[in-house]
Amino acid sequence: MQFGIFTVSDITTDPTTGRTPSEAQRIQDVVTIAKKAEEVGLDVFALGEHHNPPFFSSSPTTTLAYIAAQTSRLQLSTSTTLITTNDPVKIAEDYAMLQHLAGGRVDLMMGRGNTGPVYPWFGQDIRNGIPLAVENYALLRRLWDEDVVDWSGRFRTPLQGFTSTPRPLDGVAPFVWHGSIRSPQIAEQAAYYGDGFFSNHIFWPKEHTQRMVEFYRSRFEHHGHGRADQAIVGLGGQVFMRKNSQDAVAEFRPYFDEAPVYGHGPSLEDFSRETPLTVGSPQQVIERTLGFRDYVGDYQRQLFLIDHAGLPLKTVLEQLDLLGEEVVPVLRREFAALKPAHVPDAPTHASRVAARGGAVDPTVHAAGDDVTGRTAEEVPA
Amino acid sequence: MTTRTLAVVSAGLSTPSSTRLLADRLTAATVAALRERGEDATVEVVELREHARDLADAFVTGFPNAALRAAIETVTGADGVVAVTPVFTASYSGLFKSFADVLDKDALTGKPVLMAATAGTARHSLVLEHAMRPLFAYLRAVTVPTAVFAASEDWAGGDGTSAELSGRVTRAAGELADLVTGRPASARPADPFADVPSFEQLLRGEA
Repeated sequence: MQFGIFTVSDITTDPTTGRTPSEAQRIQDVVTIAKKAEEVGLDVFALGEHHNPPFFSSSPTTTLAYIAAQTSRLQLSTSTTLITTNDPVKIAEDYAMLQHLAGGRVDLMMGRGNTGPVYPWFGQDIRNGIPLAVENYALLRRLWDEDVVDWSGRFRTPLQGFTSTPRPLDGVAPFVWHGSIRSPQIAEQAAYYGDGFFSNHIFWPKEHTQRMVEFYRSRFEHHGHGRADQAIVGLGGQVFMRKNSQDAVAEFRPYFDEAPVYGHGPSLEDFSRETPLTVGSPQQVIERTLGFRDYVGDYQRQLFLIDHAGLPLKTVLEQLDLLGEEVVPVLRREFAALKPAHVPDAPTHASRVAARGGAVDPTVHAAGDDVTGRTAEEVPA
Repeated sequence: MTTRTLAVVSAGLSTPSSTRLLADRLTAATVAALRERGEDATVEVVELREHARDLADAFVTGFPNAALRAAIETVTGADGVVAVTPVFTASYSGLFKSFADVLDKDALTGKPVLMAATAGTARHSLVLEHAMRPLFAYLRAVTVPTAVFAASEDWAGGDGTSAELSGRVTRAAGELADLVTGRPASARPADPFADVPSFEQLLRGEA
């Protein structure tokens, strides 16, 4: 099982000091956090994508490539990649490029994005959210899986004889997760392709996650990718820890009370009861996290949100130390002991290449187009 | 004998509340009217006052907590609904509307509803027709023709209510009982996972 962290890249005022980091500072902090994640023995770092303040992460592949260059084991992922407003051609190119530079340590999570105003900035309309996710992803799959693509659809200009470069590393595209809080259609999409399904598992009660995962698993089996309990499931989670649980609650409460999304609403205690949020000792986090398996089954990836709501870098790094030293080693052992042999691990580049029967060189050496033999550079202006 | 469930939503704030008092009258009359038609009824009351904070939390977090979920399920799973609000500033109260706002827009489709309101003066009575009935029309609930309004003067009679109010209560309860008995026992609201389009349909743009 993989353990890691995910960040939404928010730049939020620390409510206890009134201090707001600059973009420059927060960008460096996130890089520091990612490197620390590898250092403490976590497996995955996932970065969000946003195109409006208070977030900085408009260009995740740039950031992830920079992190890839300074790490050696860490799996790099997204939380999420906007399949609705990005051109699928650009996603295919950018993430294949990242996959090469990172030596295959890349997967990504598709999401629709629920900020209405963002869509028109990219020429789209939020009311087409699901159809965009369906069509764009269908095109993305073909761009990675087929060398030369002819395509036409509803949302972008047609493609004739298009080859997305670079071709996926070793001929195997990055693994894809699909994230959705509330749309069963996205769970259906993940199941149809045999891709992973990731449940946000932060903002909503566990019953919600349970139902979505159950649906995804049954559809995964329906579409012939294996048994329901072999479907690839990832969960989010939100934790804040100190050695003594009272200290954790006292320290986290002002951040909780002012947090974007849920602040100024329920109490920390109410929200902890209603959602998977766990604020307490490492032992409490271990017990709560092991409990996730009771309602989603054996799953492959657990990501924690630990750096939002204005928490200072020093505190986030301390959380990573606690995760790496006290929490994840126990979770790794306990989850592994419970997992039946026929339940797969999270796919990695190595496992996917092996499943394909080995690496191939997928380079497309095109001399020119197949009618005139001329290349784009030769065509007179 | 068929047993029907009746959900009673009261947005009264004080104790005792004339809104709850009216809700109780309407409920008792509806249960009696159902008995006359050969059906039994169980009554579940949702006092919105008890969910005031739950409702505020739901707006902030985007989901109803366990207590509010139970209240929502009581209403959406009932065979009939008695909904009573005080009139605040020319309309139903904010608390009442807040509860309507956390219901799924399809959750009350076809559901028989008896609407009622209370206020200090009868000059507010058309709130039922100008505010409350359009709200339930949007939700595609089936409202009974008689909406019941009670002002302070209606509680001043010797037996606690005016004869006019008693008459309206009986008439409205009969209308609700007719609607409820004319329907099959309540099915739970549609399961969002039950009719997810297949991926082939999604790819063809059919859903």
